[in-house]
Amino acid sequence: MTEFTPVLSLSGGLLIGLSAAAAFVLFGRVIGMTGILARTLDFDFGEGSWRPFFLLGLILTPLILSLVAPSPHGFEPMGLIPMLIGGFLVGYGSRVGSGCTSGHGICGISRLSKRSIVATCTFMTTAILTVFVIRHLMGGAS
Amino acid sequence: MIQVIALVLGSLFGAGLYLAGMTNPAKIVNFLDIAGTWDPSLIFVMGGGIPVAAIGFIMLRRRARPVIFADIQVPQYGDIDRPLVLGSAVFGIGWGISGLCPGPAFASVLLEPSVIIPYLVALVLGSLAYERFHR
Repeated sequence: MTEFTPVLSLSGGLLIGLSAAAAFVLFGRVIGMTGILARTLDFDFGEGSWRPFFLLGLILTPLILSLVAPSPHGFEPMGLIPMLIGGFLVGYGSRVGSGCTSGHGICGISRLSKRSIVATCTFMTTAILTVFVIRHLMGGAS
Repeated sequence: MIQVIALVLGSLFGAGLYLAGMTNPAKIVNFLDIAGTWDPSLIFVMGGGIPVAAIGFIMLRRRARPVIFADIQVPQYGDIDRPLVLGSAVFGIGWGISGLCPGPAFASVLLEPSVIIPYLVALVLGSLAYERFHR
């Protein structure tokens, strides 16, 4: 069980949208995490090394916030094996599919990109089916 | 200047994920568990994020160029192809298994390194597997 948090989640969503909107207007770029990570690993840092600096802000800020105000949401991870299998499939699939939840789910849908709408519907469907199989057919605690 | 702006944008993104609860894998899995302990919070994250991002995109389209950079580089509006659908399907399976996608993993790596670092190592290996076999 996790608590339904409409106000906090909407507020967080607005901040994510503000980040994406500002990246459009100021940089003319899409902030998709798959693309930012892949290009950073290729040492393609972009103008003014914006990609690693974006990642730095993304990585540091939650830690700073947690020191000021602990997350009301908690942290309940899966085990090591699900993390390794899930991480690999996410890394591989997001490259083949040209994006993940940020690039397709937020930025792509906001541009009314047909590809991103199809990608988001596809990964939502397979993710829902995966959780159904693990939790309700296999009886897993994942 | 670019570095400061990029740092602020990444911070906004990370703060948003943290505030929204997206750094808790159980919250994602519960969103996906519509037949069980369903937590619809993620709908509110997307419902807040997409319209605001759309305003930014509309503002960009009315400009000849972005405020800072010289050119606009957003993905082309292309056709639906097999890699898009198959890759997204695989991504979704991994997302359902782990309850994590790349953004929230970065946002929580310093908070829970022992859990997130293995995930990120596997993520990079998956990305390298793509580079090895598809490029």
